[in-house]
Amino acid sequence: MTQIVPALGEIALFKVGDAIRVATRAPIGQRGVIAKVLQPAAVDNEIEGFGHNAGLRRHYYSIVFPMAEVWAGYEGQPADRLQIEVFESWLERTEP
Amino acid sequence: MTDSDHDHDHDAIEATDSSPGYYELLEISVRELLIEKQLITAAEIRRQLEVLDSRTPALGAKIVARAWVDPAFKARLLADGRKACEEFGITFYDDTQLIVLENTEAEHNLICCTLCSCYPRPVLGLPPDWYKQKPYRARAIAEPRKVLAEFGTIVPDDVAVRVGDSTAMMRFMVLPLRPKGTEAFSEQELAALVTRDTMIGVVHPSLEARNPQ
Repeated sequence: MTQIVPALGEIALFKVGDAIRVATRAPIGQRGVIAKVLQPAAVDNEIEGFGHNAGLRRHYYSIVFPMAEVWAGYEGQPADRLQIEVFESWLERTEP
Repeated sequence: MTDSDHDHDHDAIEATDSSPGYYELLEISVRELLIEKQLITAAEIRRQLEVLDSRTPALGAKIVARAWVDPAFKARLLADGRKACEEFGITFYDDTQLIVLENTEAEHNLICCTLCSCYPRPVLGLPPDWYKQKPYRARAIAEPRKVLAEFGTIVPDDVAVRVGDSTAMMRFMVLPLRPKGTEAFSEQELAALVTRDTMIGVVHPSLEARNPQ
């Protein structure tokens, strides 16, 4: 039996617990951790929102960021965090 | 009332503001155009308004009360909020998913939509106006503890705060902590304690604040 080859983008790049950063967005450009790989993958409506055909479905992740990573001078507790969902195309792997 | 009824100075009080605002005019124009061009019908719009009107925080309160009394349901709710709500016949007409954030003794949750007004409408109905306005949207995510304090909710330093920022596809709802002293309450009595704001996360349920029955 031959090895099954998945299509490009078919398998999620990141798994729960992976350290990532959001590539091109401020202020949420800082380091966070994948909390959940959301299923099913979906068409990136943020790209569609700008009038472009987003085409294929993209993997979508629930990510937690320490608030202190997002906001310089955050006045709260170190354990405070932000949970937000981001499409895979925005994410880069980082060292934990 | 006539001018002679009182003598202090102020602008005329108008009972009704008859001139629609820019966005209201835009909405009416687009709606009428879509109907005129037969892309949608007036009946479809009316039906969608009925859908919106049929969703109220009472639905969310039922979900929360069930989660408080049924650990297996709570586990399903936290694993997949939408599927668990669908068990109650709650449909997700906007095709959003639902993440339920559980308040614990160690973490308090707050939901917001920094972009606009994303909200778990299928299960809570329309959001309050303050939820859609810029001060809440900007501040909830940057200084949640101060915002909570303004709602009268002081989160102790040893309790973390998590803010769920909604997106077009993913909505949040808070599963509040069951108040102490409610051990003997029925599921229906518990649901009466679950107000809209407790599911947004700005306040805790309390025995003093109850939904109208």
